[in-house]
Amino acid sequence: MEHALDITLTVNGTPVSRRVEARQHLVDFLREELGLTGSHVGCEHGVCGACTVRVDGEIVRGCLMLAVQANGCKVDTIEGLSDSKEVGELQRAFHERNSLQCGFCTPGMLMAARDLQLKNPAASREQIRAHLSGNYCRCTGYQAIVDAIEEVLHGKS
Amino acid sequence: MGKAELPLHAPGTRVDKGYIGQSVPRPNAKRLLQGRGAFVDDLRFPRLAHVAFFRSPHAHARIKRLDFGNALKSAGVIDVFDGRAVAEYCTPWVGVLAHLKGIKSPPQHAIAIERACWQGEAVAAVVAESRTQAEDAVDLIDADWEELPAVLDMDEALSGRCVIHPELGDNICFKREHDTGGVDEAFAKADLVVEETYRFGRHTGVCLEGRSILADYNAAEHTLTVHHSTQAPHMMQDVFSRHLGIPEANVRVIARDVGGSFGIKVHVYPDEMATAALSVMLRRPVKFVADRLESFLTDIHAREHKVTIRLACSKDGEILAFDLDDLSAIGPYSVYPRTSGIEGNQVVNLTGGPYKHQKYRAKLNVVFTNKNVTCQYRAVGHPIAVALTEGIVDLAAQNLKMDPAEFRRRNLIPDDAYPYTFPSGVKFEKLSHHQCLDQLLGLMNYASLRKEQADLRGRNIFRGIGLAAMIEVTNPSPAFYGVGGARISAQDGATLRLEPTGMVTVMCSVTEQGQGTEGIFAQIAASAVGVSMDKVRVITGDTGVTPYGGGTWASRGAGIGGEAVLLAGRALLSNILDVASKVLNLEKETLDIENNAIVDKLTQEKKMPLEELGRITYFRPDILPLDFQAELTVTRHYTPREYAFTFTNGIQASLVEVDTDTGFVKLLKHWCVEDSGTVINPMLVDEQLRGGVAEGIGAALYEECLYSPEGQLLNGNMADYVVPMSGEIPDIVCAHIETPTRQSQLGAKGVGEAGTAGAPGAVMNAINDALAPLGARVTAMPFTPERILRALGRIA
Repeated sequence: MEHALDITLTVNGTPVSRRVEARQHLVDFLREELGLTGSHVGCEHGVCGACTVRVDGEIVRGCLMLAVQANGCKVDTIEGLSDSKEVGELQRAFHERNSLQCGFCTPGMLMAARDLQLKNPAASREQIRAHLSGNYCRCTGYQAIVDAIEEVLHGKS
Repeated sequence: MGKAELPLHAPGTRVDKGYIGQSVPRPNAKRLLQGRGAFVDDLRFPRLAHVAFFRSPHAHARIKRLDFGNALKSAGVIDVFDGRAVAEYCTPWVGVLAHLKGIKSPPQHAIAIERACWQGEAVAAVVAESRTQAEDAVDLIDADWEELPAVLDMDEALSGRCVIHPELGDNICFKREHDTGGVDEAFAKADLVVEETYRFGRHTGVCLEGRSILADYNAAEHTLTVHHSTQAPHMMQDVFSRHLGIPEANVRVIARDVGGSFGIKVHVYPDEMATAALSVMLRRPVKFVADRLESFLTDIHAREHKVTIRLACSKDGEILAFDLDDLSAIGPYSVYPRTSGIEGNQVVNLTGGPYKHQKYRAKLNVVFTNKNVTCQYRAVGHPIAVALTEGIVDLAAQNLKMDPAEFRRRNLIPDDAYPYTFPSGVKFEKLSHHQCLDQLLGLMNYASLRKEQADLRGRNIFRGIGLAAMIEVTNPSPAFYGVGGARISAQDGATLRLEPTGMVTVMCSVTEQGQGTEGIFAQIAASAVGVSMDKVRVITGDTGVTPYGGGTWASRGAGIGGEAVLLAGRALLSNILDVASKVLNLEKETLDIENNAIVDKLTQEKKMPLEELGRITYFRPDILPLDFQAELTVTRHYTPREYAFTFTNGIQASLVEVDTDTGFVKLLKHWCVEDSGTVINPMLVDEQLRGGVAEGIGAALYEECLYSPEGQLLNGNMADYVVPMSGEIPDIVCAHIETPTRQSQLGAKGVGEAGTAGAPGAVMNAINDALAPLGARVTAMPFTPERILRALGRIA
């Protein structure tokens, strides 16, 4: 394998070591090498947000970061946040309000929503919309997503 | 023995034993929320090969030479094929239908042979161990081209000065003329004639999941299993069988989770056919997932139209006639098997649809060009017909100085006029335009919005209110495709099975793309049988498992598939009660199922849990009478046939504010009142409307596939092709009138396309209402800031 490097990182709390091509994106690494297919590939140029994952506490585009750049990092994906129940309240609200249709954008959307919940739990409806502006949803028209996040942040129902 | 005739429902018993009309969350959404769905690209197969396509860089060019030498030597490459090699395994197709008289199109191959007719058409396929390696090798293909003249402008195409397919004689794919007679007379006697030309930008669906296919050929069995992100598994089973020469029974198409479709994934794509052929050729599974750049170049586009419309009316505001001339361009091929003539045909069928005029004339020309192909995208033709109709109606009202809501009230078909035949020939079973208009005006507080608008204008704030009434094709009968010779089923089926544990398994031929099909089928099945929803499992999207059917398109899932589930559920209930009657030694007519148990119909006294009935039926049938055989699996089908289409109606309103310095439009609010018959799940219906409105807003304000004069797509990526994001879409208020169709027991009509159908017209009218005091008007979608500033005379 040309231009391959050894990396070690923590994914959803589990240490993993692999030899990866230097050009491999983080999201391709997660999907192809680790079988974590919950992070989706929607555009591969950093616009749609379907591949959003969390690296050392910050949400990033998995298609704009290389796997080798995650060497030594702590990476969280939707599978990990689901099992730890960290996004359980958001998932419940999304489910009850049907804040997803095809579900392709949903893992990335939940990642962005959780990020807002951690950083600005008092966010207004406009701030919620602004925070989601990097996550593309073609099915819902966004309103139910905004409603669900608002409910979780402010306890509205 | 005369059995006692019991009343269907004794006084005091609960008639509605179910979930219909309730906003139940979708059970199948939970896996998607955890990232544990199964989209095609999530599947893992041994010996999986990956294909990447070498695509034409030119809009129209002869392939002089293709050299695969370097590509074949590239790491991981399994093989490289040109069009001739693939054509030996996959026959070409022609996208025509007999009922679109005169429609023509040349044969189209999976991989182009000799000539490419649009930028992005696949001309070679590289198969490798990984997609990355396949893409590396694509870059090493050496090609010589002879560029040919490209026809890109619609009028130029119509002129026939340069013919794309010389064997066809001209560039006209399809034309239609419709005339009720009396149109010229109506215009001659009219007090007011208004005329305007509207342009619609070519745009596309942008499913977040690209087109995806994994074809797995088994040479030993001569079977082909295709995991496909598709809306129509049975249609694709027929197509793969027919063009790959594999018996239909040997082809299985599986569509599990589909990441958005919107009509994009109901067509036959050459690169997908090539992928299936490559699996046969290489005797191993082969996968193709369109990346985003390929999606923009090759997913069907839609809606490139230029239409001149005239309206004649009296001074009292009575519409007398519409006269329409539509020119539309579809790329170099009519798309198989639905054809690219349907969209324009729908414009002719639907323009003027809500109104009671009797004179109508329409002319349609559908022409070939050297851009990507166009075909049916969500709401097919409706957004154009609605915007045309509602735009010219507003212009007439403005000329008469009449309020646009009042103008509509005078012209909408009365709610008691049904059944009704519209001048284009389409028939309406029962619509509710006036109820919807009244509800909308109340919901949005129309009068006070008008007052606020007038007050704000005094402060140089330009707000506009736009209305768009509409009709919509749903629940299509075989008249849509079948009568034209397409092997596309208008019928759907559902199988229901009571399991030994008392669970009910539902298998239905309508597919799920996130709209909630499986959820409403669970609601209907649970209600019909008498079990709770947690006892129901729904399986869709597998030709090897479900009954035969059409799948998901034309807002047909709930109305057709849902009716099949209801009929099967009632039949299963009856069969379960036959067993219960034998086991309990009670008359069947005294029994019912409530809350997962056999009960006495009158007293609701619990007689036996369903799991006990299941246990006896499957494991102890020895205790049942010798002359009795239990049948706890039933299948029922449904096809609407009384009307060609079950039309729905609705009306939308948009409130916008136009910044006259920047040309930006801010959407403040959107309202939608829709009559889709029986509402099975109000939450899901509202979400269909909202999602549809969002796509319609995209068409009105942002989305257009822009081509250079040479035929190069200029904005084929997500950064440059702008779609609505969370900050742009306003809150959308939904309300319903329910006029159930009498054709079915369920009474449901479709709703999936209504939002997309009406929103562009409503937004256009709102913008023009805002611009009216400034003497400006826009008629070319999308309404970009540049176009608005030009209309205002702010830029040249």
